[in-house]
Amino acid sequence: MTFRCCASLVAASLLLAGLAACSGSAQWRTTDITGVMPDLAFTLTSETGATVHADDFRGKVKVLFFGYTHCPDICPITLGHLAAALRTMGADAKQVRVLFVSVDPKRDTPALLEKYTDAFGPQFVGLTGTQEQLRELTKRYRVAYSYGPPDENGNYLVNHGSAIFVFDRQGHVRLLMNRSDPTKAIAHDLELLVNE
Amino acid sequence: MNFGPYFLLPYEFTPTVLVLCVLAIAVYLRGWLRRRRAGIKTGGWRVTAFLLGVVLMYVVLQTHYDYMGQHMFFLHRLQHLILHHMAPFLIMIAMPGAVLVAGVPERLRVRFLRPLAHSPAVRIPYRAIQQPIVAGVLFVGLIYLWLWPGIHFYAMLNVPLYNVMNWSMAVDGLLFWYLMLCSTRPAAGGLHYGWRILVLGATIVPQIVIGAYLALTRVEVYHVYAVCGRLWPISPITDQHIGGLITWIPAAMMTVIGMLVVLGRWIREEGIGPDRARAAGPNVGKEDSNACV
Repeated sequence: MTFRCCASLVAASLLLAGLAACSGSAQWRTTDITGVMPDLAFTLTSETGATVHADDFRGKVKVLFFGYTHCPDICPITLGHLAAALRTMGADAKQVRVLFVSVDPKRDTPALLEKYTDAFGPQFVGLTGTQEQLRELTKRYRVAYSYGPPDENGNYLVNHGSAIFVFDRQGHVRLLMNRSDPTKAIAHDLELLVNE
Repeated sequence: MNFGPYFLLPYEFTPTVLVLCVLAIAVYLRGWLRRRRAGIKTGGWRVTAFLLGVVLMYVVLQTHYDYMGQHMFFLHRLQHLILHHMAPFLIMIAMPGAVLVAGVPERLRVRFLRPLAHSPAVRIPYRAIQQPIVAGVLFVGLIYLWLWPGIHFYAMLNVPLYNVMNWSMAVDGLLFWYLMLCSTRPAAGGLHYGWRILVLGATIVPQIVIGAYLALTRVEVYHVYAVCGRLWPISPITDQHIGGLITWIPAAMMTVIGMLVVLGRWIREEGIGPDRARAAGPNVGKEDSNACV
């Protein structure tokens, strides 16, 4: 019992010290979460209906965001915000892929996702999958989603996290962004990752 | 959220939790049966309290409740209330020592457990950690540590850190309530009841301070739940207020109940006045229910 307690405390302090050391570098303008979460991995369905894996985006800086196309506010605002940041990045933006994962596969068909993401720019990729695939990916990044009750027309809200996870070219988790981060900060950090 | 049998399955399966809980219950029941055969009675409420405590710990760690706790601040606070206060309190108020000892196979106890418990590698850190002031500071300190916004943020994102958080709460809860409710009686050289009441009393105020702050502030302190998504759409401030109330009122109340239990034993064992002590004779406080080990 005592051993375990001491071991836990030692492990906790080491981890915290490690995290403090990691977040010590001042170069990032959004939240550094290097090493905090696992590398990007998933099996999902692309806009063309084909199966895609995280490895298919190797070499690009990946921005992962969960949402759904019927989303009234958070998703379009966040995607628009990311699009604004990418527009300021010039040629570097070509090295970025925004992976918009719909957690509402019932309504978001690959075709609908393609139409939706194209409105934001060429770097935006719509993905979705079976509930099992989505649960696996959301669990990996500790993100929750749930469905609200449908109204008389069968429309419903989807409750989901607002996190924007950023992965480097190798697929390691690096940054956590938020739609309240200024576009300048987002562009700055994405440029740093592109040019690593 | 599915509340069917699926809910009872672990969200993140941890064999250690399963093994420890099953082992605790198995050893306890074996000890209880063996004692019953030998004619030693164990009060029904004690058996119930112990089993309930272990089951509660298992439920908050190894069912989909854990998932819910990760995605709603007030459910997370309830999880810690159970891990740090309620379950260890129930386990220790059941005075399970004698029953557990009877449940461990004799050879294992004599050859392995007893030498381990008496070895300096266990004794020295155990003594250090169970100094009354250290135990009190650790008890409150862990609540503050894991609620520190920066640390809380990483604990909710990083699985190993999250596990360390929950383990540290459970283990510290067991150690603390063991010291308060279940350790050797003062008459046999254990910590004086006055000390126990003092330590319990001292932990109340800081618990109220942090709970009340979270229950009353208009500032959203924990953004990580919005980042990762809440279970259902309640406002972050409402979530935080309920979480604060849980950290404030039931937690402080458990501590007050702990003080009353210790006070009750103090009065029972040492008597209120000379008349009572004389009347009770030398056997006061020596009944089996007060012997933890």
